Amino acid sequence: MRQAPLIEMLDISKSFPGVQANDHISFRVYPGEIHALLGENGAGKSTLMSILAGLYRPDSGYIKVKGEAMRFRSPRMALEAGIGMIYQHFRLIQNFTVAENIVLGSPASSFRVNHRAIEKETAALSAKFGLEVNPAARINQISLGEQQRVEILKMLYRGCDILIMDEPTTVLTPQEVEELFKVLRLMSGQGKAVVLITHKLKEVMEIADYVSVLRKGKVVADGRIENLDEKTLTSIMVAREVEFSQIDRKKSSEKVVLEISKLQVPGDQGHLAVENVNLTLHAGEIVAIAGVAGNGQKELLEAIAGLRNPSQGEIRLDGKMIQEQSVQEHLAAGIYMVPEDRLGMGLVPNLSVMDNAILRNYTRREVKRGLLFNYKKIIAYTRKLVEDYNIYLSDIHHPINYLSGGNLQKLLLAREIDQEPRVLLASYPVRGLDVAAAEAVYQILLKERDKGTAILLVLKDLDDIFRIADRVAVMYDGQINDVLDLESTDIDKIGALMLGVNKVGVHYAETQAN
Amino acid sequence: MESATIALLAAAIVAGTPILFAALGELMAERSGILNLGVEGMMLVGAVLGFIFASNTGNHWYGLLAAMMGGGLMASIHAFISVTLRGNQVVSGLALTIFGTGISGFMGKSYQGMPAADPFRPIAVPLLGDIPVLGPILFKQDALVYISLILAIGLWYILFRTRWGLRIRSVGENPAAADAVGISVSRVRYICTILGGMFAGLGGAYLSLAYAPSWQENMTAGRGWIAVALVIFALWNPLRGLLGSYLFGGVEALTFRIQTIGIHVSSFFLAMLPYLLTILVLVLVTIRLRQEAGAPRALGVPYDREER
Repeated sequence: MRQAPLIEMLDISKSFPGVQANDHISFRVYPGEIHALLGENGAGKSTLMSILAGLYRPDSGYIKVKGEAMRFRSPRMALEAGIGMIYQHFRLIQNFTVAENIVLGSPASSFRVNHRAIEKETAALSAKFGLEVNPAARINQISLGEQQRVEILKMLYRGCDILIMDEPTTVLTPQEVEELFKVLRLMSGQGKAVVLITHKLKEVMEIADYVSVLRKGKVVADGRIENLDEKTLTSIMVAREVEFSQIDRKKSSEKVVLEISKLQVPGDQGHLAVENVNLTLHAGEIVAIAGVAGNGQKELLEAIAGLRNPSQGEIRLDGKMIQEQSVQEHLAAGIYMVPEDRLGMGLVPNLSVMDNAILRNYTRREVKRGLLFNYKKIIAYTRKLVEDYNIYLSDIHHPINYLSGGNLQKLLLAREIDQEPRVLLASYPVRGLDVAAAEAVYQILLKERDKGTAILLVLKDLDDIFRIADRVAVMYDGQINDVLDLESTDIDKIGALMLGVNKVGVHYAETQAN
Repeated sequence: MESATIALLAAAIVAGTPILFAALGELMAERSGILNLGVEGMMLVGAVLGFIFASNTGNHWYGLLAAMMGGGLMASIHAFISVTLRGNQVVSGLALTIFGTGISGFMGKSYQGMPAADPFRPIAVPLLGDIPVLGPILFKQDALVYISLILAIGLWYILFRTRWGLRIRSVGENPAAADAVGISVSRVRYICTILGGMFAGLGGAYLSLAYAPSWQENMTAGRGWIAVALVIFALWNPLRGLLGSYLFGGVEALTFRIQTIGIHVSSFFLAMLPYLLTILVLVLVTIRLRQEAGAPRALGVPYDREER
């Protein structure tokens, strides 16, 4: 028999304008349990946990902590009840020190902030749980992995015995994931409960004791991990068998489209973000750049797209030097980029779908009538994009921020691909997308590849790289040491290169997390 | 010559004090993430209320209290619009300034040009006042100068050495993070904004009860705006604000000095100097400003917990 539950959420409902995020959900967590909350994007996982953490108030239903009914009006009340949540975007004050962030807002801290004392306290706590941090460092100086450890310590400092983590492994390297799981096991061994919000099945199978699967705001399945397997969970999660189509890696043509040699690109802080990079892209192939974020991928892509000036080296398109040219000229030559930040850099949030769709070609004669726009044509054009790329939306006149991440990405890709690029660059094209949406994006990219476009992708997930890319270039500390054929390599080799382990004395923590 | 320099520096402190009060208030509000451009208006209301209450009660302390209440009340309107309604802080602040200019002129109509009934007078601090040079500059001033000094140092201590300061700054930097550890963002912002308004009211009252003990319509003459600029110049640090205020005060005092010694420069040109300095300072600071020492990151941004 199990112990009494630590947390009971009963009959919880919550709706946002236009969506029923949680629909009469009941959810229990027991002491010492690592409970995975699984589901696609928009299934209601984060909403449910934000209710538990006191951030949102449910429309109906109630919460019991250790058998006692609670009504959380703020995160403070949830914290006092021992519930701590670590959000996907860390809630840390960038220019405070690690120790300051840990004691911030804690009722236990003294009026006068004694830095030496709080740093000592932090060090003691960090040693106790094996969470290595530098108490005196400022948050903006430390890696994302270390920031996550600070978040965990923050909750432990407050004596939380229920820790909720929203997609904790997204920002971590494989090694850091292992460390995190070790800490979580240690915590569960002490009777604390952990709720992991995730859509990564593999991690669930590895760490969780118990799984609840959410779909469209409802719990569609739950059970102990021993009684479930990866395939069943996937099909429950998306309610349809997803075809993990294995792509056919064809020998790409010998035709060189883009040639980069000895490229050096300065970063924002003036250091060399890209160092001595050589890379060749052929027509009709997908090359992935693997690496931990912040190792120069962003700067490399921006340099190719003409958004950042290289300090040295050459970028040739069809043998012609292009690095001196303006962004306009890059576009005219056929180099298009889908940036990492969809809503910030790729699209204009408050403009309509239609306005966003024509951002690339609003200057063309076809969409104009004298000085004015020819809206009939613009509407027809937008409708065609929406239809061709299976973008789900209610109205092309609505602001674009009503669209889900997957549909935003599809629209963005559609807009760029419609310009018939010779070279297509994309950063993290499936970041934050669920299985089905990611698959749709892959299909779009593969189709474009087969048309003969050279595609360069920055990807994080090694699984993604193996699914879609023909070749992989591993970037570490601004350099590309090796370009590997995916046919003849394995995950471990790429993982090792990503961490720069072939270099003596280089440690991951040195790479500035972005 | 030495005595003239001492007199000039003492005058610089007097001229800088109203700006210092207002700048400290604005600094505190901005540290919590609220930009209040109503400083000029709050100062004017503080000046007129301080004058009216001091005249009618014959006690400058009542005047001071009224000035603080007036400034605080106006700031609470701004806090309501910015925090509770999540409105546009620039618009709300500007409205406050326009409103304050108008209502102070209206309230002070019958007091126009009258001398203050019970102005603040210099009090020499025993012992400290006898220190050569420093004594006459710093310690033979009126009570409000001492209060402003204590406020500046106290605010610095609170912001950078205490739990409260950590909370205020966290709310101004990243309200979502502050919220997640149980700090009430709204409460911190209300408190800082309203206290900030009280400080501005004090600054106004200093003008009408100590600096030029009388009521003149629009007597702040842009000092509220200088205070707003000074906060940036001070990089949101009260001690730097203290020095900055005295620098501005010094320029102001100097312009009077130059006129009295009889150097022939247009008085209009001289009157322009503090504002010219403001622009210069802003340009220089902006050039030099880097992220690490920059504005509170959430400055002017309303916080909405359920925003997705």
